[in-house]
Amino acid sequence: MSKFKKKKGGDLPAISTASLPDIVFMLLFFFMVATVMRDNTTMVENTLPAANQVEKLKKDRTMFIYAGKPNSQYKNLGTEGRIQINDAFVSLDAIQPAVFEYIATLNEELKDRVVVALKVDENTNAGIISDVKQELREANALKIMYVTSVSKED
Amino acid sequence: MAKRAAPEVNAGSMADIAFLLLIFFLVTTTIEKDKGILRSLPPIDDSQTEPPIIKQKNLFTILVDRQNRLLVEEEIMDIKDLRQAAIEFLDNGGSVNAAGEPCDYCRGKKDESSSDHPDKAIITLKHDRETSYGTYIEVQNELVAAYNFLRNREAQRLFNRSFASMLEEKEKNQFNKDEKLNEDIEMIKKMFPMKLSEAEPDKS
Repeated sequence: MSKFKKKKGGDLPAISTASLPDIVFMLLFFFMVATVMRDNTTMVENTLPAANQVEKLKKDRTMFIYAGKPNSQYKNLGTEGRIQINDAFVSLDAIQPAVFEYIATLNEELKDRVVVALKVDENTNAGIISDVKQELREANALKIMYVTSVSKED
Repeated sequence: MAKRAAPEVNAGSMADIAFLLLIFFLVTTTIEKDKGILRSLPPIDDSQTEPPIIKQKNLFTILVDRQNRLLVEEEIMDIKDLRQAAIEFLDNGGSVNAAGEPCDYCRGKKDESSSDHPDKAIITLKHDRETSYGTYIEVQNELVAAYNFLRNREAQRLFNRSFASMLEEKEKNQFNKDEKLNEDIEMIKKMFPMKLSEAEPDKS
């Protein structure tokens, strides 16, 4: 009886897949954390115009105002441009209270740096935007950002 | 009786379940990437002071009508020429600013009939209520581009880097302020102050 038994078979041992779930879970958690569910459903058509002189939007201090004509779900409201804030169509008078309400939810140090982002459909009349801007001036929210899609520099 | 060991739960399908979830989140993820043109609105001024009289040559008037046509300085212009026209106007430097200093960094034509100094040069934009928002943004974009071009040129000349990279660095170090960098940025902004006024569209 020999002491040194020959190892039987020359085939490779199977690669352990025991850590596969761990790796997958790691990826899963990454995507779970990175995912932001859309918090606003737009009720207006929203094709953003293109621009290339753009800056990044700071999400922590930004309030969104949407405008455009009502989309196919709300066809009965006609085709005039309308303003949407937080899931509801609003009139011009409601902009100022909405801005103050939003500012009240912000941290102290961001209160005077509030930015209002205007997401406006490119086929809207510009008149409605100047009305919105007038309301924002009266609410003293003077920093605005026209949200656009980014086109290549020509 | 011998104590029976609890049977082990088969974890072989865990990977499958995790994969399923992973694919779900992969598909639903939209990394937010909102970008846009940042502008400041003028504060409301209730005081009854007379607005200062501005010489016509220091004004660059742009009108956009309801058919989205452009009238720049009384002439019809294509939007692709607007940027160059605005750059020429801002960079003209034909005379002195309010402090009596000539514009020694301007490289324009020094035309007597165009703007005196970037300090005094004002672009006014007026649009119709029925101008489309897309055109309005296009015009805004071209004007911002004109300012950015000039600021960038000065940043290259003085600090040998682009203005955008300076702003980016400032953004990155917003918690430990770099005084020198902030001063440099302010200096360039002061060389070409963004004086862009928007008139309210006529109510009609």
